[in-house]
Amino acid sequence: MEDILKLLGGAAATMLLAFVVGATYGGLVRKIIARTQNRVGPPWYQNFVDISKLYMKDTAVHHGVMQHIGPAFAITASVTVLMFVPVLREGGWFPWFENLNFKGDIIFLIYMMVFGSLGMALGIGQTGNPNASIGVSRGLSMMVGYEIPFVLSLVSVMVQTHTTSITGLMEWQTQNGWLMFEAPFAFITMLLAILGMFHYAPFDIAHAPSEIASGPPSEFGGKYLAMMMTSGSIFAFAKLVFLVDVFMNGASNLVMLVVKTLLLYMVPVLYGAVSPRYRTEQAIRYLWGWPVFFGIIALIYSIYI
Amino acid sequence: MDTNDKGVRKIVDMITGFARSNSLFMLAYGTGCGDIEIPPAMTSRYDWERFGYRKMATPRQADVLLISGYLATKTLKRVIRSYEQMQEPKYVVAFGSCTINGGMYWDSYNTIKMLDHYIPVDVYINGCMPRPEAVMSGLFDLQEQIKKGEANGAQKYRENLEWYRGNQKKVIKNWVMPEYNW
Ligand code: SF4
Repeated sequence: MEDILKLLGGAAATMLLAFVVGATYGGLVRKIIARTQNRVGPPWYQNFVDISKLYMKDTAVHHGVMQHIGPAFAITASVTVLMFVPVLREGGWFPWFENLNFKGDIIFLIYMMVFGSLGMALGIGQTGNPNASIGVSRGLSMMVGYEIPFVLSLVSVMVQTHTTSITGLMEWQTQNGWLMFEAPFAFITMLLAILGMFHYAPFDIAHAPSEIASGPPSEFGGKYLAMMMTSGSIFAFAKLVFLVDVFMNGASNLVMLVVKTLLLYMVPVLYGAVSPRYRTEQAIRYLWGWPVFFGIIALIYSIYI
Repeated sequence: MDTNDKGVRKIVDMITGFARSNSLFMLAYGTGCGDIEIPPAMTSRYDWERFGYRKMATPRQADVLLISGYLATKTLKRVIRSYEQMQEPKYVVAFGSCTINGGMYWDSYNTIKMLDHYIPVDVYINGCMPRPEAVMSGLFDLQEQIKKGEANGAQKYRENLEWYRGNQKKVIKNWVMPEYNW
């Protein structure tokens, strides 16, 4: 009984942490983009205000059952991914964050990460908004684009370390040094892949503000949009922590965690702040070019090292 | 906890007021010449994102409908559709003398004169055209109204739907829309 309570408490604490950190990062990103455009930008807590306002809005739109389930899928998938990612390294001073860390491995996570978008795509399909459908088709093509370098990078890491479990990877790193340096090509591939993964410019073709309305969520307002924003914040945090776990040996306390994730997050954000938007085929051509090239080199490197 | 208790209500109202007034998503529907004042208000010179204003591309996600100038009857139809698709609470801000009394289009054959007869307006900003400062000051007024809970144009619209519909149908001859656009 005690164990279950501890697990549930840990899960709730993790979710809260992920939401708070993710939404704060979202606000910081808006601030950073504003500063690069020589603006002052919104306060860092703007995303919290936005989300709470959206939760307080009426939502009197009905297009069918899937429309209501879609956002729920998204948030379920984000939380599930979060539960399988070790937030802090074993022995860190927050023993609650263990969750389901040791039950799933990287291959499972690769599958799970796609689940939310697919659920959303189903929900969006039912709204019948043409802009949203264009957004979905662009988003799925983008996914085909960045998943290949992403998977190549992870596979080469798995080949090199002979393990598919994230905690196993972290143990390997504690003995042999960060994978960032031990598997440099895999890391480069990952850096290029996350440019596409986080959907900032120039890869913001799926949401494409004001080009195709606001893309997939065009028909979702109020609570649904709030749910999507919540899920987006949690998912961004989960992805970042996952990458930090794989390449930087996780973090042993929250401060290190924030520093490492923020550093990694700045790569797509700063690249995006100064970039215009690609067209779909340009984005895919880019992602299948150098990133895949480095991915193959990483694979060869991992086999012969 | 008693949710009808005065103190509790006050705190809840304060929180909702704060959240609603500090996060205004605008659906800028560029109808007339006044829309040219929006880009400077958004970008580095006046930067309205400081106050939590943000442009949204679809009516579903927007709170504020900016009517930026004269409305031809053809445009009015689209405005009504967009307005009705927005989710409550929703507000309308009208720019320029054209929306107040017809402005320089007062004797035109196909523009409407008083926007208030067709959709409920919360804040008018006068001038032809209003400068970005005026736009921002109008939006501050809207924020104040929202904080006090006085910006209830949507409620007015719901209660007097017949009257608004009558006026709308008077000028829109080919009304091929449902009675209410969800
Ligand atoms: S008020 Fe002046 S600037 Fe505004 S729409 Fe009318 S004519 Fe144009």
